Amino acid sequence: MPKDLTLKKILVIGSGPIVIGQAAEFDYAGTQACQALKGEGVEVILINSNPATIMTDTNMADRVYIEPLTPEFVTQIIRRERPDGLLPTLGGQTGLNLAVELAKQGVLEREGVKLLGTDLRAITCAEDRDEFRTLMYEINEPVPSSVIVNTVEEAVSFATSNGYPVIVRPAYTLGGTGGGIAKDEAELREIVDNGLRYSPITQCLIEQSIAGMKEIEYEVMRDANDNCIVVCNMENFDPVGVHTGDSIVFAPSQTLSDREYHMLRSSALKIIRALDIKGGCNVQYALDPHSFQYYVIEVNPRVSRSSALASKATGYPIARIAAKIALGYTLDELKNPVTGQTYACFEPALDYVVSKIPRWPFDKFISANRRLGTQMKATGEVMAIGRTLEESLLKAVRSLEIGLDHIELAEAKQLTQEELEKRLAEADDERLYLLGEWFRRGCSLETAYEITKIDRFFLYKIGRIISLEEKIAKEESLSHELMLEAKRMGFTDSTIARLRRETERHVRDLRKELQIKPVYKIVDTCAAEFEAATPYYYSTYEQEDEGKKSNKKTVLVLGSGPIRIGQGVEFDYATVHAIWAIREAGMEAVIINNNPETVSTDFNTSDRLYFEPLHREDVLHIIEKENPVGVIVQFGGQTALNLARDLREEGIPILGTSLEEIDRAEDRKKFEKLLSETGIAQPPGAAVTSIEAAVETATKLGYPVLVRPSYVLGGRAMEIVYGEAELRQYMVQAVKVNPEHPVLIDRYLLGKELEVDAICDGETVLIPGIMEHIERAGVHSGDSIAVYPPQFITETHKQKLVEITTNIAKSLQTRGLINIQFVLYKEEMYVLEVNPRASRTVPFLSKVTGIPMAQVATRIMLGETLQDQGYEEGLWPEAPEVAVKVPVFSFAKLRRVDVTLGPEMKSTGEVMGRDRDYARAVYKGLVAAGIHMPRFGTIVATIGDKEKDEAIPLMRRFHQLGFQIVSTAGTADALEEAGLPVRRVCKLTEGSPNIIDLIRKGEADLVVNTWTRGKTPARDGFRIRREAVEHGIACLTSLDTVEALLTTLESIHMSAEPMSPPVVTKKQEAVFIG
Amino acid sequence: MKQARLLLEDGTCLVGKSFGAEGTSVGEVVFNTSMTGYQEILTDPSYYGQMITLTYPLIGNYGFTRDDDESIRPYAFGLIVREHAEYMSNWRQEDSIDEWLKLHKIVGISGIDTRMLTRKIRLHGTMRGILTTGTASEDELQEVLRNTPLITDQVKNVSTRSVHISPNTGKRVVLMDFGSKHNIQRELSERNGEVISVPYRTTAEEILRYRPDGVILTNGPGDPKDVPEAIETVRSLLGKVPIFGICLGHQLLSLACGADTEKLKFGHRGGNHPVKEISSGRTVMTAQNHGYTVTAESIDRTRLRISHVALNDGTIEGVEHLDFPAFSVQYHPESAPGPLDSGYLFDRFMEMMEHGKDAYEKKGEKVRA
Repeated sequence: MPKDLTLKKILVIGSGPIVIGQAAEFDYAGTQACQALKGEGVEVILINSNPATIMTDTNMADRVYIEPLTPEFVTQIIRRERPDGLLPTLGGQTGLNLAVELAKQGVLEREGVKLLGTDLRAITCAEDRDEFRTLMYEINEPVPSSVIVNTVEEAVSFATSNGYPVIVRPAYTLGGTGGGIAKDEAELREIVDNGLRYSPITQCLIEQSIAGMKEIEYEVMRDANDNCIVVCNMENFDPVGVHTGDSIVFAPSQTLSDREYHMLRSSALKIIRALDIKGGCNVQYALDPHSFQYYVIEVNPRVSRSSALASKATGYPIARIAAKIALGYTLDELKNPVTGQTYACFEPALDYVVSKIPRWPFDKFISANRRLGTQMKATGEVMAIGRTLEESLLKAVRSLEIGLDHIELAEAKQLTQEELEKRLAEADDERLYLLGEWFRRGCSLETAYEITKIDRFFLYKIGRIISLEEKIAKEESLSHELMLEAKRMGFTDSTIARLRRETERHVRDLRKELQIKPVYKIVDTCAAEFEAATPYYYSTYEQEDEGKKSNKKTVLVLGSGPIRIGQGVEFDYATVHAIWAIREAGMEAVIINNNPETVSTDFNTSDRLYFEPLHREDVLHIIEKENPVGVIVQFGGQTALNLARDLREEGIPILGTSLEEIDRAEDRKKFEKLLSETGIAQPPGAAVTSIEAAVETATKLGYPVLVRPSYVLGGRAMEIVYGEAELRQYMVQAVKVNPEHPVLIDRYLLGKELEVDAICDGETVLIPGIMEHIERAGVHSGDSIAVYPPQFITETHKQKLVEITTNIAKSLQTRGLINIQFVLYKEEMYVLEVNPRASRTVPFLSKVTGIPMAQVATRIMLGETLQDQGYEEGLWPEAPEVAVKVPVFSFAKLRRVDVTLGPEMKSTGEVMGRDRDYARAVYKGLVAAGIHMPRFGTIVATIGDKEKDEAIPLMRRFHQLGFQIVSTAGTADALEEAGLPVRRVCKLTEGSPNIIDLIRKGEADLVVNTWTRGKTPARDGFRIRREAVEHGIACLTSLDTVEALLTTLESIHMSAEPMSPPVVTKKQEAVFIG
Repeated sequence: MKQARLLLEDGTCLVGKSFGAEGTSVGEVVFNTSMTGYQEILTDPSYYGQMITLTYPLIGNYGFTRDDDESIRPYAFGLIVREHAEYMSNWRQEDSIDEWLKLHKIVGISGIDTRMLTRKIRLHGTMRGILTTGTASEDELQEVLRNTPLITDQVKNVSTRSVHISPNTGKRVVLMDFGSKHNIQRELSERNGEVISVPYRTTAEEILRYRPDGVILTNGPGDPKDVPEAIETVRSLLGKVPIFGICLGHQLLSLACGADTEKLKFGHRGGNHPVKEISSGRTVMTAQNHGYTVTAESIDRTRLRISHVALNDGTIEGVEHLDFPAFSVQYHPESAPGPLDSGYLFDRFMEMMEHGKDAYEKKGEKVRA
């Protein structure tokens, strides 16, 4: 069928900010879709609130709207743009939910917008549990017995008659938010209560537990002519019970016979047909490991995280093809872009094994519950490709960047056998490594199976890795055969060295002597059956190398690895821009990265893509193969920077700011020297290496102090410490975090935080913009609301910022990007931190200023000056609009994590609000961030003693806006004294009704809580904040954020004031007195 | 572990590890891109005389089970893999890949860069090779390879030697066995078909004496022109009884109708081959295993029309007779291994037998309209 010519203008909905359950995969999908649609000559209108994405670059669509993803804003855009069609299936659950909402409100029909890809019935059918079950019964596809409930009692009654455990799945939530497995009635009551609240339609599915079965996924595509294909199937390492986003996954399936494979394949095709989906779809199955019995678990009628993975795992560009299908094309008309000669209507054949391992945020959220269940907790993932399962798996492990190069966790050795068994039984993020420990202790495969229900095949593979370890450790010398076996199984030189008690260098030299080195093979969708043109490579240890030589100069760009807190999609954004700049300069851009969700790992982005771990050995191999003129490390976050040090040792040229200069910025002593030489103020502090020195320094500086390990990203393990005991406790943990580097202790200056990104060519310094943070110093810059241009500082302050930035950039002979954070304290500008690399504000600032910062910086690294590019020294003229960058958190997904903002970064994503004034921009930013802004109602205020004075005027403003204020004794006393009416409630320890009861009953509309900052979950403040988050109530922990919110509320509030009494003149006054 | 070597006609020598049976085997080296279904592939008689390279690197993961055999015994001459599973895991497993190959005396080699080998075959075309676990020198092996005559009697070696019947209550189908896969029979039995399997040399007269409602021409190994007697038989059956040809059976029907066949450079072997049905315009995934194809131009001089084409290279994947109730496909609608998308062809055959050719024609018109 030819393309539908009535579709001239299409609106694409993005997925908004990165949250757990919805990450960069939708930037990849959206970007592909926009490119595909534009390539067809369609006018593309894009809406997405996330500025940190490639898809919101203005060259990706004809018009890009970075606006809140709410029905109101989308409607406004629809009215203005009048698109012919709306494509919602590439924007994750957010896009789909929005489309449903728009359709329900009648907007689409009224404005004549056609819903593309999947019709409304399919969306609701796949999403609404009841409809879905009915459909499955109709087409004879088995689903676990279940019941749809709207109350807790219904759930309990089902479980009582069907038995425990049962699975709770709330309808229409992201990444299984609010769901879980209940083993008894108490658990069931809690989970269902929670789940009902999260479900926008107050509905949960209570399901017979099929935990322990194999979990299998199929990625299916279909066109309007009913051609259906399976792009890829995948098998989870973890049996049913762990959310697939939190599971280790292999592609293709490993333990399914042809019969099982095709039984499920046929079922998947039947389902996509029944749902009449035109585009991509994902079907999840539970397969009984002892029979052909299977159950359909879930269907996603859209492009998903799994389809991004499937695209990268096979080379088949699902989103691109789905976009073309939406235009009316059929699969048999579209070429397979990988081969260029065959068609998109086929099923990829893999000749390698793909592993995916999720990246969890537990390294940052130490107190979080690490148990894995039906609610997803991972922020990102890595993928690896190998010709053996072991190679693939071990490559994935070292791609995670959690300090491991092997399935070996030092802490695991300390566990008692009992503890080990207990932890294996309850899946957590470390189970893979614990299984390694299990086999190292010589424990049996069968017992491991009994405990974990992980398929014996996978357990055997882990056991085999461990046996090889033993062999390597035992053999007298490393023979060619053994070395080759180790490399084929994915062992790094460093692992082999550790096992042999030799140096890595020694192993490497020996390996080279034995002439064992990796070859590179192509991911081609067809197992070499057809010639492929795609430059998509992975390494393995075999005979033939398919790498192609080119005469052009090559530049290697190191990517940023998995999405994690502190290193998000912003870095992939900068990486992609660097690649574009290199290609534009006529050189070949080669990228190494391992994150399947990203645009940088689309094989279309670079000249050559190496889907490899960003691990020293793997990177060096690629460098040996490519022999690049230089390596760019500025855009890959801390990952790339850490690698740069290894590369320097090997004498590999690093482009841009030299490593010596980077060290000068990051090494405390050198940095202090630099600042004092240039006369720039810095909060007083010192670097210490022992606990005693820390205590001594802190006493000298005076508490509170800011402590952190050196070389950090995302404020990892950074804290404000108020006393000695707390400091001692911190030191034990922090030193454990990073034993090689000293800990930095600074005086904590409670002032206004400012941030500057600059570009320098060594001579000239261009400052695209200054950002002002709403929350004062002490809240991590990534977690505070940033405003551009600054609203509350003077021209003199700005000049000072420009002066210092220019000075530092030049002193460090910066070639490329530099980011500096300041605190304005008592009219003095202090430098907090200098990052001589791309920062997370690069995409935001690039978008609001129009300067493609990463590209300009890359061209500098390639030899151009700023002047060559037409830029002059100094601060770029400020834009007339105000833009705010608002952080987005995923607290609802992470139990037991304190939501208080502090020096450690906690947000997972960001949105942008932009409008003609500050109040409107903040309003949009907060709405886009998903903060429900009450215009009236009840505000629960519990304010710490330190902040009471400051809070009173704010509470007065709430009162004037008509809010009722509810407080416990302390805060209430203070407010009443200030003349404000307060409703008193009990503290948690004082019985009912207390604050939590209030929140649970839905009687609170906003929570302001600055109590008891700390990490102990037991504290009242912590419990109140968690309760608010879990009930979807905005919880503000910084008075600065409260102030910004108030400004916005006031600006949209039409005031209702009583009439003033008649004017009394002075003369009259005198008369009265007289 | 014992070494094994694979030497190709072009002089390539690949060294790997031996598994399965020991010994020496000569055959045509082909590759199959299916990711599952190694047992069905190994027991497909169409592979007689061939050594199979499986492009998926992990083979044997789910073991072997009697249930999945596609013939009484395997006929493949050798198996070439990247890695054979030392450990298997599936609830139906009976033998490991190593045990199974030993049992059936098939030589296996693992540790091979199968992707390199596949690329070689793709570029060079199908080659003959010699697989050995012995110690002969490369020259000696080349000598053996050169001196081993090309085989042309594959069908004779795989076809049934005697007639046997699977009684049932429905249509009576004579199955001309050129190396039939069990699943063809399962598909017929599922539709209550009574199946009479006959040797490939059975004459038309003998076949018609069974009073069949239809005749199935099965898949089988080698060049269709190596079984001229069967072509003759099919020609005599045309118009007398509904005919359904599969794979080799498709080539034989085409030849019987006056079309020609030719050898493909490296054939179609895998479970992901898109085939377009011309009448409906729909494309389905098919399982394929053939080295020969019906020449497109040769159709013009016959009373056949092309019903299916391969999406990727445009080769003929199915024909139907304009005058008689007879049709055939180059791929495997019985799957096993492979996608279950084409089972509808057996329904079509059943209908054809039920209503005769007229009904079939009418239905065809309806689909085309």
